[in-house]
Amino acid sequence: MPVIPKFVGERIKRREDPRLVSGTGTYVDDVKLVGMVSAMILRSPYPHAKIISIDVGKARAADGVVAVLTGEDLRGKIGSVPCVAPAERVPFHPVLALGKVRFVGEPVAVVVASNPYKAQDALDLLDVDYDPLDAVVDPEKAFDKDAPVIHEEFGTNLCMRSEVPNPQVDEAMRKADKVIKFRLVNQRLAPAPMEPRGVVAQWHPGLKQLTLWSSTQIPHLLRSQLAEMLKLGENHIRVIAPEVGGGFGCKLNVYPEEALVAYLAMTLNRPVKWIERRRENLAATTHGRDQITYLEVAAKKDGEVLGVKASFVCDMGAYLHLLTPAIPGFSGLMMTGCYKIPALAFEQKFAFTNKMSTDAYRGAGRPEAAYIAERVMDMVASEFGLDPADVRRKNFIPKEAFPAPTAGGLVYDSGDYNLALDKALAMVEYKKMRAEQEAARKQGRLIGIGISSYVEICGIGPSALLPPKLKGGGWESATVRIEPDSKVTVLTGISPHGQGQETTFAQLVADAFGIDIDDVVVVHGDTAQVQYGIGTFGSRGTTVGGPALMLTVQKLQDKMKKIASTMMEVPPDQLIFTERTIAMASDPSRSIPLQQVVDAAYGYKMPIPGVEPGLEEKTFYEPSACTFPFGTHVAVVEVDPETGVVKFLKYVAVDDCGKIISPLLVDGQVHGGIAQGIAQALYEEVVYDENGQLVTASLMDYAVPKADMLPHFDCANTITPSPVNMLGVKGVGEAGTIGSTPCAVNAVLDALKPFGIRHLDMPLKPEKIWNALRNAKKA
Amino acid sequence: MRVSLTVNGQRREDDIEPRTLLVHYLREVAGLTGTHVGCETSLCGACTVLMNGRAVKSCTTLAVQAEGAEITTVEGLARDGKFHPVQEGFWEEHGLQCGYCTPGMIMMATDLLSRNPDPSEAEIRAALEGNLCRCTGYQHIVNAVRYAANKMRAAKGA
Repeated sequence: MPVIPKFVGERIKRREDPRLVSGTGTYVDDVKLVGMVSAMILRSPYPHAKIISIDVGKARAADGVVAVLTGEDLRGKIGSVPCVAPAERVPFHPVLALGKVRFVGEPVAVVVASNPYKAQDALDLLDVDYDPLDAVVDPEKAFDKDAPVIHEEFGTNLCMRSEVPNPQVDEAMRKADKVIKFRLVNQRLAPAPMEPRGVVAQWHPGLKQLTLWSSTQIPHLLRSQLAEMLKLGENHIRVIAPEVGGGFGCKLNVYPEEALVAYLAMTLNRPVKWIERRRENLAATTHGRDQITYLEVAAKKDGEVLGVKASFVCDMGAYLHLLTPAIPGFSGLMMTGCYKIPALAFEQKFAFTNKMSTDAYRGAGRPEAAYIAERVMDMVASEFGLDPADVRRKNFIPKEAFPAPTAGGLVYDSGDYNLALDKALAMVEYKKMRAEQEAARKQGRLIGIGISSYVEICGIGPSALLPPKLKGGGWESATVRIEPDSKVTVLTGISPHGQGQETTFAQLVADAFGIDIDDVVVVHGDTAQVQYGIGTFGSRGTTVGGPALMLTVQKLQDKMKKIASTMMEVPPDQLIFTERTIAMASDPSRSIPLQQVVDAAYGYKMPIPGVEPGLEEKTFYEPSACTFPFGTHVAVVEVDPETGVVKFLKYVAVDDCGKIISPLLVDGQVHGGIAQGIAQALYEEVVYDENGQLVTASLMDYAVPKADMLPHFDCANTITPSPVNMLGVKGVGEAGTIGSTPCAVNAVLDALKPFGIRHLDMPLKPEKIWNALRNAKKA
Repeated sequence: MRVSLTVNGQRREDDIEPRTLLVHYLREVAGLTGTHVGCETSLCGACTVLMNGRAVKSCTTLAVQAEGAEITTVEGLARDGKFHPVQEGFWEEHGLQCGYCTPGMIMMATDLLSRNPDPSEAEIRAALEGNLCRCTGYQHIVNAVRYAANKMRAAKGA
């Protein structure tokens, strides 16, 4: 008799929320320790300058100041801020600048004082003498002969060049009816989580133990890297990721401030707190995207795409952060999207510039890829006068082809791209909308319909896919413990920060043991409590952490069945968990209370041969392959020809993330993703001026969308289980971001089509649209 | 200098530096860390509290400006161990993910509903224009506020 799930698949309110809606969650800034002092960081106002001298005298003498340190004070004391991804040239990345600053916001000195106000006062007393140098701002000019060199030891600003050649692409170009050439920019973005970064460090001198609270997505990986930087054993460091107020990839990193605050606590022998301010967050927390792509697309008149050739210039920024040079690779590999494009070749050049490092930002390489693929489809449709939906259908990988090898060398696990497209088109009433668009155009109204059919790579993954220097792999871990009172404690290696696995995992565990969801506590984000884990990023929480959990649950179930089998004299394979009992599947009235089995395991008064006492199991789960969520988004927009303002008339999203454990949370992930994707399409852009000065250094200048800048999203799902894992899940954290950016851009450009406007680079701000319309009308 | 005010129904008198911001007073002096700082410039709204019943950004209000005022923070909304309808709405409708903007959102929504007990979706979105959320895309927040509006009107009618 199958056990009917009570929680999995249901609309379950989050178990995280009571503390968060009542102000009783503990974020890093809420940590208070006796004797704690505040650190503040002086940052470079120049993009590129020599440091001639730093006068710390006045600051050191100021009221309440405990310490002032510069880069010279730390020479040889703290290792380089790490980059684990492979690159030809990896510069030393100091915690505080040494001799030279290379981007606006680079840490130059730190002041520690009795409170943040006094630290700020002292910061203002620091006097740095800089000798400004010319800056490299445009990555395409970074390789010019006369470009200033950012890292002298390399003699070049080329971090790396990589190439995936393919002679078949040239063949495809020859066979094409037309080779369509264009240039696309995925502009630089700021992840801007609502909680900036923050670190609290406490040193226990007797134990030689460091406890570090950080707003991070990767507590264990951070511990490993800190151990290296500080030359401390990993067993002497405890990292706690308490409540974390959003990450979006920028907290999948190791930052100078984490090592610096730890070092300060160790040397001052006092707890030290550093809380990032928003200005620092926008200047000195990793940015995302910043890729320029030159494309050549070989296409037939009927819309078939035969091959794609791409050349990328990717902006690394001044230094390499944890995964900086690893991100663009995904853009290349995933560039063929949902399509059976047979030939793909690409080249990528990675440039050092005088800007903040780029690194993972929600989607990390795949939004760029989806943007390329979906602009390609619309370009082809436009070139040959075809319907964009038809061009997609023409090129889709058919559902019979899965598992489907791609031109990028990946194998997509499962998919039914037509199903999602058809559903989205039906929801938006595509034919009707096209007719309305036509009628509106006659009245001078600019209505556009944009389609984006995306596929992305999640659940990363097999450890061999991750950088060799990364301490951890692509696996994930879980411990499940049934306590003596039958309550269940889960220790997961993932580190959720808004995704809600305290709920999702409790749903899975409660159903598996036939208990109530409130009987389960999910613990994460503390290296002293939880076995080594990898963390939350790349939509891997449920996709990799979920199977790790359920394999562990199965081990415990097996053990408990063995115990129950002895007690009930029923073979273990005939037992099921239901309603707080272990019962015979064929006759659930023959059962034994769960508590009695737990008592037997812990009391162990009657030893059971081959069964150890206690009820705790652990798994390190290595996924066999990646998962590939997909979907189709359709937007209908109206552009005001007088102002260039874009208004959404409809936004439809059909996402397929495999099986769904928590529908409410899936909707939430998709909504948030769409918001960030639309933000890239229409609003957001990190701007450095031509001298390298950061223009978007506040939320006044960096346009994180407000509630009235986003539409209502009409969401639905198709469900194509992944064969890769036992849960059939694919991951949903980034899907919305990946699908929505090209969708919104395609819609706006479709609205502008009557004016012969072929392409505009993001963000499609009113000013840009208005100018394009004005120029088009002139022509 | 001395400041006296009422926080969540309790009268307080404290000696503070004149430059102390209200948010730091609440977090560091009164020990109420539910109110968050997200931008220090009034732009994100994470620090929103009620001052004499109206929403203010406590990161750009001096504590001394609250002299004699009644301040309500997210910690002061629940009654008799039960969530305020706005808190309940955020929980019920999945109006939060990371939770960092949530206290400010809740306070802003509370202010809105005190002025407009039955706001439309557009009115809610307009009212929340000073409060940024990076996680939810706002739709579930709109639903949360609608939930609270319905619940509060039903309670009044009853």
